[in-house]
Amino acid sequence: MRMDERVIIVDKLSKRYRVGRPQSSHNTLRDALTGAARRWAQALQRPRGSGEDQPGFHWALRDVSFEVRRGDVAGVIGRNGAGKSTLLKILSRITEPTKGRVVIRGRVGSLLEVGTGFHPELTGRENVFLNGAILGMKKNEIARSFDSIVAFAEVEKFIDTPVKWYSNGMYLRLAFAVAAHLEPEILIIDEVLAVGDLQFQKKCLGKMGEVAKSGRTVLFVSHNMGAVARMCNTCLLLDGGKVVAFGRAHDVIATYQATYGSACPEWTRDPKRTPESAVTLLRARVLDGCAPRGTFRGHEPITVEIEYQVREPVADCAISARVYSGDGAVVMSTSDPDPAGAPALPRRPGRFRGAFVIPAHMLAPGNYSVFIAAHSPNRQMYDAVENAVSFEVSAAGSLAAMDGRLGYFAPLLKWVTTPCDAG
Amino acid sequence: MNVHGISLGERDLPPKPPADELVIEPSSGWIALRLDELWRYRELLYFLVWREIKIRYKQTVLGVAWALLQPLFTMLVFSLFFGRLAKMPSDGIPYPVFSLTALVPWTFFANGLTQSSNSIVANASLIAKVYFPRLAVPISAVLSGVVDFALALLLSIGFLYCYGVPLTMRALWLPLFCLLAFATALGVGLWLSALNVEYRDIRFILPFLVQFWMYSTPIAYPSSLLPDRWRPFYGINPMVGVVEGFRWSLAGAQTEPGGMLAVSSAVAVLLLVSGAFYFRRMERTFADRV
Repeated sequence: MRMDERVIIVDKLSKRYRVGRPQSSHNTLRDALTGAARRWAQALQRPRGSGEDQPGFHWALRDVSFEVRRGDVAGVIGRNGAGKSTLLKILSRITEPTKGRVVIRGRVGSLLEVGTGFHPELTGRENVFLNGAILGMKKNEIARSFDSIVAFAEVEKFIDTPVKWYSNGMYLRLAFAVAAHLEPEILIIDEVLAVGDLQFQKKCLGKMGEVAKSGRTVLFVSHNMGAVARMCNTCLLLDGGKVVAFGRAHDVIATYQATYGSACPEWTRDPKRTPESAVTLLRARVLDGCAPRGTFRGHEPITVEIEYQVREPVADCAISARVYSGDGAVVMSTSDPDPAGAPALPRRPGRFRGAFVIPAHMLAPGNYSVFIAAHSPNRQMYDAVENAVSFEVSAAGSLAAMDGRLGYFAPLLKWVTTPCDAG
Repeated sequence: MNVHGISLGERDLPPKPPADELVIEPSSGWIALRLDELWRYRELLYFLVWREIKIRYKQTVLGVAWALLQPLFTMLVFSLFFGRLAKMPSDGIPYPVFSLTALVPWTFFANGLTQSSNSIVANASLIAKVYFPRLAVPISAVLSGVVDFALALLLSIGFLYCYGVPLTMRALWLPLFCLLAFATALGVGLWLSALNVEYRDIRFILPFLVQFWMYSTPIAYPSSLLPDRWRPFYGINPMVGVVEGFRWSLAGAQTEPGGMLAVSSAVAVLLLVSGAFYFRRMERTFADRV
C-alpha cells in the first residue's frame, strides 16, 4: 500500500440542480389531479438533453477536479453556496453528478450529520445499533464497539432510556460516538462540529485528530479555519461551484483569507434557495446603530440584526447567533430568548427583526464572522446560515492597540486591590 | 502540487477498476436493480423493519391489539350490513368467516401499500444524508406489516375453528397467497413511492385508491357473482387472486381459484418488476427532491 497512492480522484465533476420548482398547494382533489396531469404532460414534453444554461437550472458544481492521496487530511472550504455540501453528497453517493467522474479506492464512511436516523422513542442502546447500521456498520462490529461507544458518550446510566429524555448534549455525544467508531479507510465529514457546545466540539476535534493521525484519509468540510489549519495538510477552496485553489492547506487558507477576509456586513437570502421550514432566516446585517458597516473601531458598539419569517406558529423557537474569530474559535454565542434567562418563546406567523448589541470595548481587533440559526432548542433546527455576515474590529480606539494585550476580548475592567494582611 | 485547480488527463485514470474501487458517474435511462448490493445491506433492512415495528405502537393505549381490531371491526360491520341486512351471498360459507378470511390479507395489503407509498418521503432525512440501496425503504415498509399480519392470521384461524371450520391441507398453499399479496403491495408501493417524491399528489390519491381497490376486490361479496367466462379477467386485480386463494385454503370455499390465480400472479410479477425498475430509474434524484 503506497502512501502516495491516489484514493480519491475527482475529474471535471459538475452538478446541476433544478430551481424554482412550482409550489404544490392543492386544496381539492380536483386541483391535485388536474395539476398532476398538467405536470405529467410537461414532464413528457421537456427535452431530456443536458442543456447548458437553461433558465431554472443552477450549477452547484462546475468542472471540479482534484485528487486526494492515501493518508491525506483534506479540507474543503468556501463561502455559503460554494458547492461544498454538494461535493460531499456526490462523494457519499447520496446524489449523482450531472457530468464528470469520481474514482474512490477503499471503504468510504461518510458523516454528513450526527444522529441520522435516531428515533426519539427508541432507547440509547437501540439507537446505537440502528444508527450504526445506517452508517454501514455490521451488527457484530457495533456489538464489539458498543461499550466503547457508550463510554465515549458518557451516557452509561441512561443507555436504556428513550433518547427523547436525553439532554441535547447527551444526544449529540451519543450520536457522535457511534460515528466516531466507524472504521472506514476514507472518512468524509461535513460540518458536524457546528452543533453542540464548545466542550463537545473539542471532543469531536480531538477524535478527528486521532483519526487523521492513524493514517486514514479524511475529507473534511468546515468554516472553522482554525481547525482546517490544524488538521489538514491539503485543502480545496470552492467558490460558485468552481475550484479557486487546491494545494497545501496553509496556502489555500491564505488565499481564502485574502479573498474573503474583508468584511461583508449584509446578507440577504436568495429567494430561490429559501428552505421550506416553519421559520426561515431572510436577512442579516451588521450595523453601527442605523446603517450597515463592515469596520468598527474598538470603542464603538456593534449591532447585529437578523430578519426572519415565521410561516406557521412554533411553540418554542429561539433565534441564535454565534460569533467566530478569524482563526475559527467561537468567541461567543447568544440567543433570543437566552435559555439562561427565559424559556424559548412561542412565535406567531409574520416577519420579524431581532437585534443585539455587542458593547464597545468588548472584542479585540480582528475579523469576526457570525453564524445565525432559528431552532427549537434540543429539538429541531429550522434554518441556519454559516458565516452569514462578517465584520472587522480595527485597532483604532481599541485598548488592545494601546498596549498589545492578548486575547479575543479587550474590555476595560476595574481592578480592586486590597491588602491581604490588613486584618 | 500547485495551488490552482488541476485537471486530469484521460491517461491518468486507471484502465481497469480493481475490486474495491468505486466509480461515481452520471447514469442514464434504465439501470440494473443491483439486488446483490441490497443483499449486502440486509442488516440495514432488518433494522429498518425492526424500527418500524418497535415504534408503531409506542404511546398507544391498545398497542399491538390494533393489528387485530382493524380487520375484526370491519368484519363485524360487514357481517351486519352486507351479511345480515343485505343478504349478500357468500358461497355457502358463514358470512363472518367469509369476510374475515378476505379482510386479513386485505388489511396487510392496504397498510403495506400505504406505508410503502409514503416511505421515501417519510424517510427524507435518511435519504438526504446517507447512502444505502434505496429499495430497502419501501421493502422494509411492507415487511414491517408482516408481524401484524401474522397475528391477525392466527386470530382468524382461531376464529374459524370456533365457527367449526378446521384447518385442512389446503392451508399449505397459504404462503403462496401471502407472497402474492406482498408482491402486489410492494409493486404498487414502488411505483407510488417514486412518484410521490416528484408529485406529492400521491398523498391525496392514496386513500382514494385504497378505497376504490377495496370495492373492486371481492371482500364484501363473492367473485362468483361474475359470470364464469369473465372471472379470469377479474384476476387482473391481483388482490382477487389473493382473496379467493385465502377463502379457498382457509374457509374451504368451493370456487377453485386456479384461472384467476394465474392471471393475478402474472399481473403481480409485472407490477413488481416494472415497479422495481421504475423506482431505480427515479431514485437518482430522490436526494435532490425529497
